Amino acid sequence: MPELRELYQDVILEHSKHPRNYHALEAANRTAEGFNPLCGDHFKIFLDVENGCVRDISFEGSGCAISKASASMMTQAVKGKHIYEVEALFEKFHRVVTGKNGVEAEDLGKLAAFSGVSEFPIRVKCATLAWHALHAALQGGQDAVSTE
Amino acid sequence: MTAATNTIRSPQGASQAELDVYKIRAEFPILARKVHNKPLVYLDNAATTQKPQAVIDAIVRYYATENANIHRGVHALSELATASYERARSAVQRFLNAAAPSEIIFVRGATEGINLVAQTWGRTHVGRDDEIVISTMEHHSNIVPWQILCEQQGAKLRVAPINDNGELLLDEFEKLLGPRTKLVSLAHVSNALGTVNPVGKVVEMAHRWNARVLLDGAQAVPHMTVDVRALDCDFYVFSGHKVYGPTGIGVLYGKAELLDAMPPYQGGGDMISSVTFEKTLYNRAPHKFEAGTPHVCGAIGLGAALEYVNAIGLGMIARHEHKLLAYGTERLLAIPGLRLIGTAREKEGVLSFVLDGIHPHDVGTILDQEGIAIRTGHHCAQPLMQRFGVPATARASLALYNTMEEIDALAAGLQKVKEVFA
Repeated sequence: MPELRELYQDVILEHSKHPRNYHALEAANRTAEGFNPLCGDHFKIFLDVENGCVRDISFEGSGCAISKASASMMTQAVKGKHIYEVEALFEKFHRVVTGKNGVEAEDLGKLAAFSGVSEFPIRVKCATLAWHALHAALQGGQDAVSTE
Repeated sequence: MTAATNTIRSPQGASQAELDVYKIRAEFPILARKVHNKPLVYLDNAATTQKPQAVIDAIVRYYATENANIHRGVHALSELATASYERARSAVQRFLNAAAPSEIIFVRGATEGINLVAQTWGRTHVGRDDEIVISTMEHHSNIVPWQILCEQQGAKLRVAPINDNGELLLDEFEKLLGPRTKLVSLAHVSNALGTVNPVGKVVEMAHRWNARVLLDGAQAVPHMTVDVRALDCDFYVFSGHKVYGPTGIGVLYGKAELLDAMPPYQGGGDMISSVTFEKTLYNRAPHKFEAGTPHVCGAIGLGAALEYVNAIGLGMIARHEHKLLAYGTERLLAIPGLRLIGTAREKEGVLSFVLDGIHPHDVGTILDQEGIAIRTGHHCAQPLMQRFGVPATARASLALYNTMEEIDALAAGLQKVKEVFA
């Protein structure tokens, strides 16, 4: 099952079982929800943004291993980063999980673990759900974003 | 055998002839193909069934030799096409034991059938503060059309609860009925759980209050003999593609006196008897409800599918599927951490389940790599998922061509799932 191992890499499985920053955030000044109506995955992202920087971030919700691990690793990756850096990272991440050229997986650090998703087009939405919610929160929208 | 498997009863009995499943499989070309280099194990039959060669041939034959518009031309092909289309209607009539072919309306599927009743019968018979009763286990297609109607008419939707096995609580259902109840709309068989509802009793109870009853038979007709006159239901709907026929064609059965009194659904050709700019006279049922050129080829394909099913016999199909269901229940319950959702005493071939700590979506992806097709998600029954406190389930659903070996493949696949997530 080579493709499966590419998809469910150990770091992804580990994060799905023990998600980081998995709680509500009292100091949050921005939040957004991400919802995939096809599979019922549902996450809420909490952000504490100051001077254009992500001072703190957390999430809550439920979903498959891919979506949960992605949310968990995203919170680690963006904490302390400027909004512009976060948006650039999302852009790179999106290119990698959709199998587009132009991004070296190494540019993504740990997030490169999600490159196997590109072999499973139907799971791209799982990998990007939390990122879409984060993007919405950074844009200031408070509404739930949907993958559909 | 575990306790749970003992509770599954087989409603059919009589003759004990066995279905030759390998001969049947040879009649479904798609079953010979591979998926991810593994033999296809198709266990998503509640979503849609595969098509036998007889149905594929009927469709090809129609387009190759008979294609023309129906009910219009005086030419030979139009007569042939019309005769084939109407023959399909008669095949459906016999299949459901309806009193007359005119009680059979061709629609796009069960969903359109329900919407048709809501927007024609519903708009004329359901008024302010009237009530429509459904159940917790309904598919969205048997919830949303009634919500729309209730919104339009100022009526109320009442929902009959179910128990933890996924069975309708008949006493609670009866308490919801009253002088305000205009309609009961219920799944004959639940798509997400496999529960067979006690529809005979439901009809009797509803009729005591002069309420009409619509049964959603989408998951029933592939698995059991349905006799609308014995059931005494007022409306019955099903989809062709879930009973080995093509997509885009389905059936609404309605009692003649109801159909005659109903306003048309859509306006257009074929549904009229005469048109002037001052006044239009509508055609009679079933044509009154079939505006525009219908899905002629779909109806013919459906007719072929029903003949195919009849030739094998629903009793024989049911016995085969119940054996698979009992075996599948046993194999699945032997997997530690697996919980079956839907353990009704009366059940058709649906194995809906969750695995401890593993999301159904991940189960589906890993099984797919093994060539095993199942459905994961909320099965268009979100309120039901909430009732069971799960966001989604994995669902294996059976058809007449499934085998014991495929159940073994499913169990082995689930073992792989557990290994990946170990």
